[in-house]
Amino acid sequence: MTFFRPAFRHPELPPNAAGYLRQDYEGGISTLCAGCGHDSICNAIVQACFELALPPHRIVKMSGIGCSSKSPAYFLGKSHGFNSVHGRMPSIATGANMANRDLIYLGVSGDGDTASIGMGQFIHAVRRNLDMLYIVMNNGCYGLTKGQYSATADKGSKGKKGGVNELESIDLCELAIQLGAGFVARSFSGDKQQLVPLIKAGLSHRGMSFIDVISPCVTFNNNPESTKSYHWVREHSEATNTFDLVPFRRPITAEYADETVQEVVLHDNSVIHLHKHRDAPDITDRRQAIDNLEDHKAQGVILTGVLYANPDSADTHDILHTCERPLNSLTEADLCPGSPVLEAINAAHR
Amino acid sequence: MKPTDIEDPEYFHKVIDCQFACPAHTPVPEYIRLISEKRYTDAYMVNWVSNVFPGVLGRVCDRPCEPACRRGRVEKEPVAICRLKRLCADNRDLGVTARFPAIPHEKNGKRIALIGGGPASLTVARDLMPLGYSIDLYDEQDKGGGFMRSQLPSFRLPEAVLATEVNYILDMGVTTYFNHRVESMRAMLAKGYDALFVGTGAPRGRDLPDLPGRQEGDAWIHVGLNWLAGVIFGHVTSIGKRVLVIGGGNTAMDCCRTARRLGGTDVRVMVRSPRAEMKASPWEIEDALGEDIPIVDNHSPLDFVIEDGRLVGMRFEKMRSGPDAVGRLRTEPTGEEPVFFPCDAVLLAVGQMNAFPWIEADAGIEFDKYGLPVLDPLTLQSSLPQVFFGGDAAFGPRNIITAVAHGHQAAISIDLFCRGESLRNRPAPQVNLAGQQMGVHDWLYHNQVTTTERQAVPMLAKAKSLKDRLLEVELGFDRQVGQAEALRCLNCDVQTVFRADLCIECDACVDVCPESCINFIDNGPEEELRTRLKAPAANPEQSLYVSVPVASGKVMVKDENVCLHCSLCAERCPTSAWEMQKFLYLSAQAGQP
Repeated sequence: MTFFRPAFRHPELPPNAAGYLRQDYEGGISTLCAGCGHDSICNAIVQACFELALPPHRIVKMSGIGCSSKSPAYFLGKSHGFNSVHGRMPSIATGANMANRDLIYLGVSGDGDTASIGMGQFIHAVRRNLDMLYIVMNNGCYGLTKGQYSATADKGSKGKKGGVNELESIDLCELAIQLGAGFVARSFSGDKQQLVPLIKAGLSHRGMSFIDVISPCVTFNNNPESTKSYHWVREHSEATNTFDLVPFRRPITAEYADETVQEVVLHDNSVIHLHKHRDAPDITDRRQAIDNLEDHKAQGVILTGVLYANPDSADTHDILHTCERPLNSLTEADLCPGSPVLEAINAAHR
Repeated sequence: MKPTDIEDPEYFHKVIDCQFACPAHTPVPEYIRLISEKRYTDAYMVNWVSNVFPGVLGRVCDRPCEPACRRGRVEKEPVAICRLKRLCADNRDLGVTARFPAIPHEKNGKRIALIGGGPASLTVARDLMPLGYSIDLYDEQDKGGGFMRSQLPSFRLPEAVLATEVNYILDMGVTTYFNHRVESMRAMLAKGYDALFVGTGAPRGRDLPDLPGRQEGDAWIHVGLNWLAGVIFGHVTSIGKRVLVIGGGNTAMDCCRTARRLGGTDVRVMVRSPRAEMKASPWEIEDALGEDIPIVDNHSPLDFVIEDGRLVGMRFEKMRSGPDAVGRLRTEPTGEEPVFFPCDAVLLAVGQMNAFPWIEADAGIEFDKYGLPVLDPLTLQSSLPQVFFGGDAAFGPRNIITAVAHGHQAAISIDLFCRGESLRNRPAPQVNLAGQQMGVHDWLYHNQVTTTERQAVPMLAKAKSLKDRLLEVELGFDRQVGQAEALRCLNCDVQTVFRADLCIECDACVDVCPESCINFIDNGPEEELRTRLKAPAANPEQSLYVSVPVASGKVMVKDENVCLHCSLCAERCPTSAWEMQKFLYLSAQAGQP
C-alpha cells in the first residue's frame, strides 16, 4: 500500500544558493488522479521556488475550493497557507498582503474557482494590481463534480461524454491584460521547460502576476476532441517567444544578437530576456498583446509564454500609499504617535 | 543512445546489483522477500538451488553482493544479505530434504570422477546426480568439505553446519573415496571415467623461506594454512603467549583469532601495506580488532631473531605508500631503523598457491607459466577434453561462492560433453517477468521503503568465546531482527518497465519520483545525456534505461543508479505506461534445455 513517499532523495542533488534542499520545498504526496496536470504544476512551483532560493517560510500559499485549490497540500510544506472559501482566495490574499507586504504571495486557483464563482473577486484583485502570483490550473471542466464544462472550456470543445460545449469561453489572460495586471502569461502543465521560468518571473515581478496554466483533467477532459487535452494542447500551441529569467544576483553571461532580444527589467532588477522574431509583437504594449492573443485564437492556436509585461505598473501598496512595514512589526509608538502628531494632522485640516 | 533492449535478460539482471555481483547469481531479493514473509524453507531452497551451501555461505561468504547493494548508495550501509541467508538456513524445516530433486535409480551409464571434496566438486555432484550420473569422489580427508572443513575455524563455521550441507549431497548416492589421496592423474585417467573434474583447491600456503632465521626458528614458525588445519583436526592445541601473524588477508584474520583461543594473549597482525589496502574483508578485520588484536600496518618483515637457539622476535622495516608517477600505489621502505617485536611464535599467512604435483607432465594437461591449468574460461575444459577444473584449482585462490559458480558451469560442460554436444551450446538462464499491481495502491510486494538502519548481529560475549574455539562467535539474527533487516531490501528485482506507446507525457512519474531518476528529454550520446539529467548521473557502472521516442519526439531516460523500486511512477501513471514487473533470473544449470 502506498500512501506515502519514501524518505530518501537522490544523494547527489546539491542545495540551492540559500542552502535549502529541493526536499525543503516539497509537500505531501498527491491524492489527485494519477496523471493530473495539477501535479506537474505543483512540481513546477517547487522547482521554481527552489531555483529562486526563496526561504520557504517567507512564502504564503492561498487557495479556494476545487481540485486545484487542494493542491497547496502537495507543495511548499514548510510555508504559510490558507485554504479559503470557494472563489474567495483573492480577498483573503488582499487582506494578508495589506497586513504584511514583506511576504511572497502565491495564489492557486482553478477555472471554476476563478472564472465562475470567483470572477468578481478575481477581476478586482487584478484591478488593484495586488502584489502576488496568481496561478490558474485551467482544465476547462469541473473535475470534482464529474467533469461538467467550466467557463473556460472552448466553444466547440467536446468532453469525454461526447457533448459539445456551446457557450463562449472566458479568456482569463485577456481579462487580466485589460484590467491592468503587470505580468500575464499562459503555459501548459506538460511543458516544465517553459512553466518553471514563467513561475520564477511571476514571483519576481511586483504587482499582479497572472499565469493561466492549461492543465488537462486526465479523468474527464483528456479525450482527443477536447481542447484542454494533453494531445490537443501539444499539437496546437505556439510560444510567443522563448525566454530566460536572470535573477539580479547573478551576472548576465548569455549574449544574443540585439535585434532578437528584448529585455524586461523587473522591480527586483531581475531581467527577462525574450528571444523572438524581429516582427513579433511587443509584449510591453497592451493592445499588441491582446491582438496577438486574438490572432492566434482565430487560427485555432493556443498562444503560450509571456503574453504581456509591464514592469512599471504600480501595485496596491503604491496606489493606496499604505504603511511601508508589516503591521505586525508596528509598535505602540508607531500606532499612537502622540498628541503633537495629532495636532499637526488637525492643523493640516484647518 | 539506442533504446534499451529489455528483451536481453542481462539488462534487468544487471539492475539487480546483488544478484549480478554474485558469482553464482543467487536471486537475492527473491529470497529476502520470502524471509520477510516468514517462508524460511522456501527462502532456503532458493539459496540451495543456486549456491548449494546456504548455511555455510550465510556465515563465511565473501559477500560480493553487499558492496554492490543499491541500499549502500541510497544510505549508509547495504542490506545484511549474508546474515539473512543464515537466518533462513537457521530457521528452515528439517524436512527440507524432501524438496530435493529425486535421484534416478536407473543410471545413465556415465561415470564421473571428482578429485577433491570441496565446494566446487560437491556442486558438480549436486548438479549431476539428479541427471543419472554415477559419481566417484576422491579426497584425502576423512570427510567432505575440502577447504571449508580444513581451514575455516569452528568459531566462524561450526562443523555440524558444514557436515549437514555436505551430507545433503553425499546422500544423493555419491560414491566417496575418503582418506584417499590421488597421487597420479594418469592412474585416474586409466580408470575409464567419462569425465574428470579437478577441484583440489590451492592447498599450499606460502612461506618466507629466504628470510634470515627461518630455518633456525622453524619450531616456532608455522605456515598459517597448515597450522589452521592442525588446529581443526586436533593436532595443535596451544600456542605461545606472544604471537605475530604475518599477512593481511582473511587467512591472517582466521589465524590471529584462532591464536587468541589457543592461549595467545598478545597477538598482533603485521601487514606490509597500509590498513586500507588490506585484502581481508572489512567485517573480519573488525572482528579481529574486537578481540583485542592490534593490526600493525606498514611493517615489512626483515628477519626472525633467534637467541640461544630460540625464536625471540622479529624485526620489521617500516614502509610508506603513495601513488607513483603513473598513479599506481607503491609501497617502499621509509629508511627508518628496523623495529623489533618480541614473540614466542609466528604464523605466516602471506598467500596460498596452487600445486599439482600429482598431474604428470605427460598426462596431456597443459599448464601456463604460473602453474595454472590452461582452461577455456567459459567451459572450464582443460587441454585434455574429458578433464575439467573448478574452484581455486582453476584460476588460483578465490572464494567459496566462486567455487560453487565454477561447479555449476563445469556440471553443464560435463553434461554436454557426455551427451556429445557442443560445450558452447549452453542452456540459457530461465527468466520470468510478472506484473505486481493488484489495485491502485496494492502491490504484491512490500513497496514501502523503510528508513531502518542496518541491524547489528548479536555476538557471543568475548570472555566466553575466547575460551573455547568451538563456540560460534556470531549468534545470527533472531526472527524479529531478521524481519526488520529483510524489509530494508529495495526489491531491485521488481523492475520499472516502460512502454513509450502508452505514454501521454503528463510528467506524473517525473514529478513523483523521490530520487529524480526519470527524465523526458531529447536524445543524445550517453556521455552527453548524463550531463542533462535532473539529478547527477555520474556512476557509469549503472545503466541508463532509454525508451524509443514518445509522441513529442523526446525519449524517456531513467538512471537506474538509486531507483528505490518504490512503484510510485507506476502508481501515478494514468495509462500504465510504467509497470512494476518482478524479474526472476535463474542461472542455467546442467540438464536444462
